[in-house]
Amino acid sequence: MLFESDTLKQSKNLKKDREENEITVALLGNPNVGKSTLFNQLTGMKQHTGNWSGKTVEMAEGYCRYRDKKIRIIDLPGTYSLSPHSAEEAVTEEIISSGIADCTAIVCDAGCLERNLILVLQAMEMTDSVIVCLNLMDEAEKRGISIDTEKLGQLLGVPIVPMSAIKKKGVNEALKLFSERRGIKKRETLKDLALSIPQQAETIAKEVIKLPRESNDISGSSADRILCGKFTAFPIMLLLLAFIFWLTMVGANYPSALLSRLFLFIQNKLLLLMNSLGAPEWLCSLLVLGVWRTLSCVVAVMLPPMAIFFPLFTLLEDLGYLPRVAFNLDRCFKRCDACGKQALTMCMGFGCNAAGVVGCRIIDSKRERLIAMLTNVFVPCNGRFPTITALISVFIVSVGGLVGGILSALILALLILLGFLLTFIVSKLLSVTILRGEPSSFTLELPPYRRPQITKIILRSVIDRTFHVLMRAIVVAAPAGLVIWLLANLNIGDVTLLRYCTDLLDPFASVFGLDGVILLAFILALPANEIVIPIVLMSYSSSGILSDYSSLAELGQILRANGWTTLTAVCVILFMLCHFPCSTTLMTIKKESGKLSWALLAAIIPTAIGLLLCFIVSSVAKIF
Amino acid sequence: MTEYIPLSELPIGTVCKVVSVDVDNRELRRFSDLGIVEGTMMKSLMVSPLGDPVAYLIRGAVFAIRREDSSRITVERY
Repeated sequence: MLFESDTLKQSKNLKKDREENEITVALLGNPNVGKSTLFNQLTGMKQHTGNWSGKTVEMAEGYCRYRDKKIRIIDLPGTYSLSPHSAEEAVTEEIISSGIADCTAIVCDAGCLERNLILVLQAMEMTDSVIVCLNLMDEAEKRGISIDTEKLGQLLGVPIVPMSAIKKKGVNEALKLFSERRGIKKRETLKDLALSIPQQAETIAKEVIKLPRESNDISGSSADRILCGKFTAFPIMLLLLAFIFWLTMVGANYPSALLSRLFLFIQNKLLLLMNSLGAPEWLCSLLVLGVWRTLSCVVAVMLPPMAIFFPLFTLLEDLGYLPRVAFNLDRCFKRCDACGKQALTMCMGFGCNAAGVVGCRIIDSKRERLIAMLTNVFVPCNGRFPTITALISVFIVSVGGLVGGILSALILALLILLGFLLTFIVSKLLSVTILRGEPSSFTLELPPYRRPQITKIILRSVIDRTFHVLMRAIVVAAPAGLVIWLLANLNIGDVTLLRYCTDLLDPFASVFGLDGVILLAFILALPANEIVIPIVLMSYSSSGILSDYSSLAELGQILRANGWTTLTAVCVILFMLCHFPCSTTLMTIKKESGKLSWALLAAIIPTAIGLLLCFIVSSVAKIF
Repeated sequence: MTEYIPLSELPIGTVCKVVSVDVDNRELRRFSDLGIVEGTMMKSLMVSPLGDPVAYLIRGAVFAIRREDSSRITVERY
């Protein structure tokens, strides 16, 4: 889950505010069985559901009504077992066994009932009140699996509700059962203690499931042969990645320009308005040219790519392709004692590193999760991509047209590969130094491919991901705009504070092939990497306000006039790839890891590497 | 003829039955949570393009297991 809405509550405050006549139902289930879909259907609340293991890591709760009864639904984290491996599972166990929940509804995938039964049987050892929601019935039927629900109910001694949550089938029946609190266990039929729980599950499954002949009933196994094939897996992965970037970049250009124009229009209107209100000129300038301009600059550059990237990403997630990526790449990560699921958080990092860091929750082991968080910044996010591509096409690739385009794309691909390489190196270094330890056993579920729900994807990814990331960006961009304006407009003697700072940084920066202006721009752009180039342009032109460029040629002219060479551009690109992550990401790392020191480390490591790379490149270049 | 082999050496596309899981208690629990206990039928489905991990069909679900883990599971090949 990539957002924290106020409806999500930690289990700590779950016990409180219990009303009379209120029934609490805990939703339990293996990952990826449609538990969140059912939760959404019941409560009408939008919550993120994804097609990979362990998605719902925080407790979500919501209310619904059935006749006169008020029913509180707690959405427990998806889990394979009730033996507490992790904090989330411990909380889950507590909620079920301590009577916080009046009844536990276990959502099962009818298509793989046997494994789901393990969890059902485990839960039945902890609580007397269980209802089994047999979800994905239609999908199972399509695969030719038939389940004798009546017999299942008899064997387990609990009510069974066959349903298809996506199609709202069976949801009302479940609600009715919840309201009657009818989940009382009367299980005497199959109490063979000699059998282990998986064996009991097997016995029950044999009795109630009818499989279609002797077939490997894995839907999409032919798709797997291609998507995870020895020779096809990686070309397809790269092509898909390239296609998503291309779509994001190209698709974002036009709306970005449109937004820029719109914001400029509003900016002028704001200036007029403030003038007519008789506001002093410095205040107008501070608020409109400082705060508003920075804000609009960030939004205009950030919003369109995110609004394109995140739905595409969610689409792949819903299809079930992303776990396959982890499957394909796991070996690389294992070499670095990291987790294959890190591949997924890296993919997410392309959209936004902060989102990538939150995504690290899918990694079970704390050690591996920290590695993934600390290295996520080596994946260039949407905020850095445009700058990198612009600099490549202005300074490195001099030819235009198709050849230039392909050449630029190749260089960009090399740069991304460098980022991957750094990820692996740093992951390995971390796991032999401060984050030592065995890689935990890796079990990744490869769920069947599912048809994504397009409208939901758009709604969810725009609202949940794009909106939240954007809100956080706005919160930090506004004060940054203030600081930048003050620096650019306050004077010490004859020179602006900004010039003073850049002059101070100049000697240091030149060691790394940069200059004071660039370095200061990176520092000031801490809230949002998008504004590095606008700050650089502002400083060179000493205009006091953030300036954008109307064309790449113009950008090149201005930068060259201020002493940029190809070497400068290469160093800036390298430093763009590895430097401290934006403040949003840093704050997220602190929040997710619980310690400020990890966030600091997440800033120090890439910065040190970036400076080192720049130093090497500029030193080598100076020799020749 | 019964043939006991580590799960990691099970050829792709073949079926096997778990004979024993030789890991410590905590790990054992992890495997049993996935439904891997003595007597579980498994089928190896496909190997990752890089050679590791391997995806297995276990009780109707597909899980990828790394070689170092699967080498500690002894199975009887069918």
